[in-house]
Amino acid sequence: MFNTIEPEAFFEQLKTQFAEKILLVEKHYDVTVAEVSHDVIKNVILFLKEQGFQFLTSCNGLHLPAAEKKFGMIYHLHDFKRNLRIRIKTFTQNDPPHFPTLTDIFPAANWMEREAYDFFGFRFDGHPNLHRILNEDSMEGWPLRKEYPLEDQARFDKDDKMFGR
Amino acid sequence: MKEEIKQDLIGREYTTLNLGPTHPATHGIFQNVLKMDGEIIIESTPTIGYIHRAFEKLAERRPYGQITTITDRLNYCSSPINNMGWHMTVEKLAGIKLPKRVEYLRVIIMELARIADHIICNSVIGVDSGAMTGFLYVFQFREHIYEIYEEICGARITTNIGRIGGLERDFSQTAWLKIEKLLKELPKGLKEFEDLLIRNRIFMDRTINCGPISAEMALAYSFTGPNLRAAGIDYDVRVMNPYSSYEEFDFMIPLGTNGDTYDRFMVREQEMKESMSIIKQAMQKLDKLEDKTSYNAEVPEFYLPPKNEVYNEMEALIWHFKIIMAETSVPKGEVYHCVEGANGELGYYLISDGGRTPYRLHIRRPCFIYYQAYSEMIKGAYLSDAILTMSSMNVIAGELDA
Repeated sequence: MFNTIEPEAFFEQLKTQFAEKILLVEKHYDVTVAEVSHDVIKNVILFLKEQGFQFLTSCNGLHLPAAEKKFGMIYHLHDFKRNLRIRIKTFTQNDPPHFPTLTDIFPAANWMEREAYDFFGFRFDGHPNLHRILNEDSMEGWPLRKEYPLEDQARFDKDDKMFGR
Repeated sequence: MKEEIKQDLIGREYTTLNLGPTHPATHGIFQNVLKMDGEIIIESTPTIGYIHRAFEKLAERRPYGQITTITDRLNYCSSPINNMGWHMTVEKLAGIKLPKRVEYLRVIIMELARIADHIICNSVIGVDSGAMTGFLYVFQFREHIYEIYEEICGARITTNIGRIGGLERDFSQTAWLKIEKLLKELPKGLKEFEDLLIRNRIFMDRTINCGPISAEMALAYSFTGPNLRAAGIDYDVRVMNPYSSYEEFDFMIPLGTNGDTYDRFMVREQEMKESMSIIKQAMQKLDKLEDKTSYNAEVPEFYLPPKNEVYNEMEALIWHFKIIMAETSVPKGEVYHCVEGANGELGYYLISDGGRTPYRLHIRRPCFIYYQAYSEMIKGAYLSDAILTMSSMNVIAGELDA
């Protein structure tokens, strides 16, 4: 189980600066989740870093084809001193989606953002070296988007209508 | 050892050197294009992804129970930790509470895996610095640990150990005997290994100040595990966010000061001893428990019923079919769960939409995150130090490329 900041206290912290840009704060399972507006995500994370959340545990992309805002970035931050974890989400509807880079705040974000670019096609504005990381540079398409087929569509020997997503 | 990059290099020619993709000293498939001035590295450009297998995409197609085999292939030196991490993630999502006995058994397996991983990493540091003998001494213990896995689950490297909601079977008597034998013999073997290296002048000269990283840099690059602790930050998931009853165990977190190869080596050496103490404590706790037989939680919707019941009872057959066909209902929600893997915080970020497969699974692989500091760490160092730095960081290709 994780320790987390209580949602009310967390909202209290954020609302003075970001007021209506904070779309949602709730506790989900054992961690407090905040959804923030796409245009202030970098400021929110900078603010949180000053508050003590100095460790970027991970950041990853998300594709929700059915939602209005299809593309999201999820950030997990950790405060070692108080041992608190939080999750910050942000969504956008633009395609290709643009997000501000975190590489100047957390050097560790470099490869994580390249991974998000590689698999979802997210552009990180200001990233020093944004190109594919695990896949080949010449590859076409964004493999972790839901429309990208997992298997070769030319195969007829496999009929998976019943099982499988 | 680390020399300042000389500023008056204009007009001189650099050599470009390909270290990898396949090179015996990199212990895996890594490519680094090095720009060399003589023997000194000016710049390095890493290329990764040679064994990328699209685990995150595959996971979107596989039922929960079948993803365990994917996790085996992340850090294949300590697969059981990855397996347990995955089971615990699903258990957290579904709100499954395990009996104490299962948690202790899992702790034993995870600590065995940690020892096996550290044995490999540390003995390979020895090999890369020219000491083959130590490697041969301690590798037999890894073999003993693999025999224990074999006794518990039938497999050796890609273990697929445990199930969601428990373990697939209880430890056999032979497994216990083998664990006891290992606990008796390993300290002697480690002592021998340490005598060869720890105060060895050649080894110390080679490893002290080799590939150092400061605590600030390590934090900025999101280092975790022994590499972060060697830099002096006492972050261990087992202590900060205890899982599987780790809060009941009494153990120390070894720390380094310089974050160099020697410190990383020493932190791992000490961690192996702590792991042995944890296993002993777990065995004592198991002795004290009244429950001597349970090895799974009562969760018929996730845990396969025993075979004889499947053949003879209707209910069991139904559950068996539903689990195999992944028709059991998983709650909607998203969880992040992390375990202290052998080389850092291994996290699973799982989003479930209630379907038969995860909607999205992101795996926080510690290697992938800290390997990006490598080119920073070897700048201005000798080529031979770069090799040693890489092996001491415990970068595992399977986890790096996922």
